[in-house]
Amino acid sequence: MDWIQDHLLTAILFTPVVGAVSIALMNREKHGRIRWLALLFSVLAFVLAAVAFSKFSPDQPGMQFVERTSWISSPHIDYFIGADGLSLLMVLLSTFLTPLAILASWESVEHQAKEFFLFLLLLEAGTLGVFLALDLFLFYVFWEAMLIPMYFLIGIWGHERRIYATVKFILFTMAGSVLMLVGIIYLYHVTGSFDWETILTRVSGPESVLSGTAQTWLFLAFFVAFAIKVPLFPFHTWLPDAHVEAPTAGSVILAGVLLKTGAYGLLRFCLPMFPEAAQAYGPTISVLAIVGILYGGLVSMVQPDLKKLVAYSSVSHLGFIVLGIFAFNVNGIQGAIYQMASHGVSTGALFILVGMLYERRHTRLIRDFGGLATPMPRLSAFFVLVALSSLGLPLLNGFVGEFLIILGAFKARTLFGVLAALGVVVAAVYLLWMIQRVLFGEVTHEENRRLRDCKPREVFILAVLTVAIVGMGVYPQPFLRRLDGTTRQILTRLDSARIYYVQGQDTPSLPVRIGKGVPRPIESCCSR
Amino acid sequence: MSTSPVQSADLMLILPELVLAGFAILIMVTDPFLRPSRRKWLGIVALVGTGAAAAATVLMAGQTGTAFGGMILGDAFSVYFRFLLLAIAALTLLSSLGYVEREGFPPGEFYALILFGTVGMGLMVASAELIVVFLGLEMSSISTYILAGYRRQDSLSNEASLKYFLLGSFATAFFLYGIAFVYGLTGTTNLTILADRLQTPLGATRLALVAMILMFVGLAFKVSCVPFQVWTPDVYEGAPTPVTAFLSAGPKAAAFAVFLRIALAVFEPTGETGFWILWISAALTMTFGNFAALVQTNIKRLLAYSSIAHAGYILVGFASGTPEGRAAVMFYLVAYSLMNLGAFAVVAHLAGKGDRWVRLEDFTGLSRERPALAACLAIFMLSLTGIPLTAGFFGKFYLFSAAVNSGLIGLTILGMLNSAVSVYYYLRVVVMMYMREGPRPAPTESIPWALGAALALSVLGTLYLGILPGWFLSKTVAAIPLP
Repeated sequence: MDWIQDHLLTAILFTPVVGAVSIALMNREKHGRIRWLALLFSVLAFVLAAVAFSKFSPDQPGMQFVERTSWISSPHIDYFIGADGLSLLMVLLSTFLTPLAILASWESVEHQAKEFFLFLLLLEAGTLGVFLALDLFLFYVFWEAMLIPMYFLIGIWGHERRIYATVKFILFTMAGSVLMLVGIIYLYHVTGSFDWETILTRVSGPESVLSGTAQTWLFLAFFVAFAIKVPLFPFHTWLPDAHVEAPTAGSVILAGVLLKTGAYGLLRFCLPMFPEAAQAYGPTISVLAIVGILYGGLVSMVQPDLKKLVAYSSVSHLGFIVLGIFAFNVNGIQGAIYQMASHGVSTGALFILVGMLYERRHTRLIRDFGGLATPMPRLSAFFVLVALSSLGLPLLNGFVGEFLIILGAFKARTLFGVLAALGVVVAAVYLLWMIQRVLFGEVTHEENRRLRDCKPREVFILAVLTVAIVGMGVYPQPFLRRLDGTTRQILTRLDSARIYYVQGQDTPSLPVRIGKGVPRPIESCCSR
Repeated sequence: MSTSPVQSADLMLILPELVLAGFAILIMVTDPFLRPSRRKWLGIVALVGTGAAAAATVLMAGQTGTAFGGMILGDAFSVYFRFLLLAIAALTLLSSLGYVEREGFPPGEFYALILFGTVGMGLMVASAELIVVFLGLEMSSISTYILAGYRRQDSLSNEASLKYFLLGSFATAFFLYGIAFVYGLTGTTNLTILADRLQTPLGATRLALVAMILMFVGLAFKVSCVPFQVWTPDVYEGAPTPVTAFLSAGPKAAAFAVFLRIALAVFEPTGETGFWILWISAALTMTFGNFAALVQTNIKRLLAYSSIAHAGYILVGFASGTPEGRAAVMFYLVAYSLMNLGAFAVVAHLAGKGDRWVRLEDFTGLSRERPALAACLAIFMLSLTGIPLTAGFFGKFYLFSAAVNSGLIGLTILGMLNSAVSVYYYLRVVVMMYMREGPRPAPTESIPWALGAALALSVLGTLYLGILPGWFLSKTVAAIPLP
């Protein structure tokens, strides 16, 4: 027990790995046991994450539960993990959704069930590692490693166009992340460290070891990797394919957790490490985020396919998150983080619901449904609630984050706030219209009359999600309180940069020109 | 060069080669006296030979200095590469045991030639003298020319052998020509003396540049750098698969080792020009290899182009020109050999009699039929792609981190983008094995123990170097060739 207390985060991180290894050793015929084993380990990880979340002290600044052991001595790489409010919330989200995703695939995954649950647990471990790593190299290892299980999940258990979707997914994300690796290596080259905290002290402000140009390029290298993952318009084209073709559990984790790694990267690395460049590019990125909000919403509206509708709604919602982050104020950033968790729960729930419909009817087209409230009252009730939470109804989880983000956007620039609020209206349109066409009215197809309502297992999944949706909507305080430290730290970094920025030159222009300590310029990129 | 009689200390420095040659001769001599059914044991003898040579390497590892009047050099570098070459030979032998039996090859010469080839490569990495390098190069080349054409009834194999022989002799001639120029310029072929003499203004002359380019061409052929890569896909496709595995790792490692040694002596003095030749050749090699691999439908040709791409990555380490870069090259060669030999071992087994089933489609459904084999090949593919927690990732990371430290940002970005391109074709193999529906078109035979051992070793090695590279990297750094 003592060991677990001292190494709480390691315990969380490796619980799914241990689960995956024990599944690997199981006989592949024993489906039942494999499922239970996967569920057991994922629940265990959630319990540990909840313990960490409750033990976290919000008033203490900086990282908590820090663990550090040398991994490789030269180049100096540490197994260095720790958590603040942001990472813990993401860890909690990830460990919360994985058991639900396992339950949602309880019966639908039959062929190669062993590999399925194994990859699902490895995926969980990968995302947890991304949220906990404080060594840039370690972070990159998890960042890349989590792609592989996802690649298999979509490619093996996906729908008709799964191969196309999974190859597109991996090519897009890889193309982004290789440049980030160059950025990480370059940072190591100029700061002599992979340690996030050490790098922070060296890369920004008047004492920065980076030239202004270098900071701009590094910001872009990291930003593109994260923007593809988020995905920010115009890097979003892989997302609808991957979401639609993935099996339910894959979509849940993809939308619920994987997309958040992109937003997390922006908050953890892009903003604090390159605050000057972030502020210089802030307005441009905000515009892209708003385009994403409106574009995602409008495209959602015309989708004939339920899953595609939810996928494009993610583009829109993630646009809100990016807008909040780049509002550079308390409301915006807190709202963005809260929305990250909240979107994970709501969209995860939507994908689970669509998955349940698909299991029954083997179609995802809206026109094949209609009037489902008559044969399936329970499922419909949950569906309505989840849709309302997704569109941001007060007292449900979606409201808190979206409200804070729009508030932040207004403070940053009134026009951004107005346009973002317009996005909420669009969301109401596509979600309510979808609800109306799928659930209400006459039953248009005879075969829909005989559809079975939710089984107890399904009711359980949806009830758990409902508790989270209502809980996060009514009482956000325990979450928000834990985010104070993170938000404050990011804003301090941005503010100190801003002061310097204003002193250095009065009108911001691109690329940023800051940093006087410029030991190694990279002007000529191919000279020795 | 002194003419003192051979001392036992001299022999000690080439003990691993003596042991290997002894075993090779033993195999050739006993072969005719054995009943055909017993001849398969010769493979085990060869395997024991590599083990004995490894033991001999451990024995002589402490010995430093020169032997045979300064022709052979005993240092940590040569020991490092001998271990690598012996590991390559052993893995090749393990994956050929079943193969040779299946194809009905005459076993004696096959195993003996692999050992003789390894002797030649061992001499290359241990030489302090250009003539000995040439000797080793010829010895290893002639063995591999024969091995490439070992399937005598098969026209593809004949073509491979002939092509490899013609172009290879041409390339070695270039190398020899380069040596001649160097000798004409400095009056010596000893690397140490030569390095000193090239430090003078002599090294900056145009003649020195010509010599350098000629030698570069000779070695570039062996490691298949653009534009000397044309032979690679044809030879890799036609040669019997375990031989292809051997070709893709052994001669490459030896040629790069020689390159590491003479780069210091011959290339450094030429300065900027030498650097730009390396830069351009690295950029072209990785880009060409990766883009050509995209459209391949034959797994052996795909791996051939992939090996070209990897030679390009390795050249990036040379272009960085620092001890760190040299260490990265050495580490990468080990990582590359492990994953590449592993991949070829799987291909050799699945290809069936006569290497028939080598199209990518033939891998359809492998994950359902042979999960373990598919998992191994998937790990090798991920490692070749450079996914974290595999040797390929760390190797690439060290290479490019050395390049960034030398300010080669442009080349690093190019290399990384190339690496992203390679994702497509490596994962296509995985797509076939895991995601394509349908039965496997090719028959599957049971896995012989030797192949199992080869796969287990290469998978464990790939993962070990990917997860805990620290210890091995420190050994690598300790073995960097001294200037």
